[in-house]
Amino acid sequence: MSQSHVARQLSLEFAGWSFSAALDVVSWSYYQLRVQPAILTSNMAEQRATAYDSKIEGNVIFTRLDAALNWVRKNSLWPMPMGLACCAIELMATAASRFDIARFGAEVMRFSPRQCDVMIVAGTVTYKMALAVKRIYEQMPEPKWVIAMGACASTGGMYRSYATLQGIDQLIAVDVYISGCPPRPEALLAGLMKLQEKISRERSLRNQKPELAERLEKALP
Amino acid sequence: MTLSACRAPTLQRHKQMTSQELFDLLGKSFGDKIRRKTEFRETTFTIAADDLREIANFCRDELSFDYLLDITSIDNFGEEPRFEIVYHLYSMPHGVHLRLKLKVPDESGTVDTVSDIWPTANWHEREAYDMTGIKFNGHPDLRRILMWEGYPYFPLRKDFPLEGLPSEMPDIAFTKVTPMEGGPFVTVPSTAGSKDREPRARSPEL
Repeated sequence: MSQSHVARQLSLEFAGWSFSAALDVVSWSYYQLRVQPAILTSNMAEQRATAYDSKIEGNVIFTRLDAALNWVRKNSLWPMPMGLACCAIELMATAASRFDIARFGAEVMRFSPRQCDVMIVAGTVTYKMALAVKRIYEQMPEPKWVIAMGACASTGGMYRSYATLQGIDQLIAVDVYISGCPPRPEALLAGLMKLQEKISRERSLRNQKPELAERLEKALP
Repeated sequence: MTLSACRAPTLQRHKQMTSQELFDLLGKSFGDKIRRKTEFRETTFTIAADDLREIANFCRDELSFDYLLDITSIDNFGEEPRFEIVYHLYSMPHGVHLRLKLKVPDESGTVDTVSDIWPTANWHEREAYDMTGIKFNGHPDLRRILMWEGYPYFPLRKDFPLEGLPSEMPDIAFTKVTPMEGGPFVTVPSTAGSKDREPRARSPEL
């Protein structure tokens, strides 16, 4: 048998393996994902001591798919700074050196909604601005979250008048409300941490890929 | 160097005049066109709407009231005529304030524009139009400035409710009636401590 024959046979075998066995691996992972509530590693205590040892870099770590996805998402939230009033000043202070929102991975303020994960509605939403805010929110790609920063964005605040929308939650779904007029930067950071907690509890695969989740579930033993 | 030597050339053109001299000159030039002169720390001349442009031109060119600070519109709801406009003038060279006040005739609901005399009046008149619906003859661009084009009400009129009225312009803007429970927040003038004077939700009678 020539070398090329061997290679072809191997590749065929590999292709055959990849069809059936790959599905097994995926469904087994999903089974683990479904039944195990916490992060899984095989023989965890033993692994932990050596997990980042360069000699065994490339070690396999087992985890839930949702946990991995959420971990990636929550530590790199790119905010859409929707600064509409004085809360925006505190938002800027939060981003600046003294409070440094970069410590929580959210320092990349994007002024294009296409690149954003979380919209921070900072300030009074007037009716004239309301539909523009909604439109920008709709332009953000999924998954996306909203922080209503301060009294005005949450409820209209002290502006009980003909011109002010009484809370941005009348137009878009809000994940975290922050009290204060305006809230201090610490409060915004606390709100961001609350959002991170919320994201880490999300069932991302089922939310974003319901058909895939269903197929995997059917494929389970 | 004295202060007068520092002045810009345009300001040196005029002989410095006191407010008394300026107001006497205005009174002498227009006589019976000045309906009333009120002194309350600053001086207010009440005039007729028809004489506005003539007097405004005189104030700017002859008396050097070169700065229009603001235009105020007042809704005296229930009175005739209903609307009133106040022009707040200031003379840079003389350092004197002057107010011109006039009633808007009810039958027309309009006043002549002064936006060609003081360009700053352009936006002030737009705001007055937006909030109270007073129209300005000869204004180059009389559109709403705060609310959006097509908003059906004039929100600073006294018969307009504070909580607003519902309106709808698809894809542009909408308004809803604001819930007023627990508000509005008012303070009570008194010599009491700051805890008692703090703005709170109180019944309107207080």
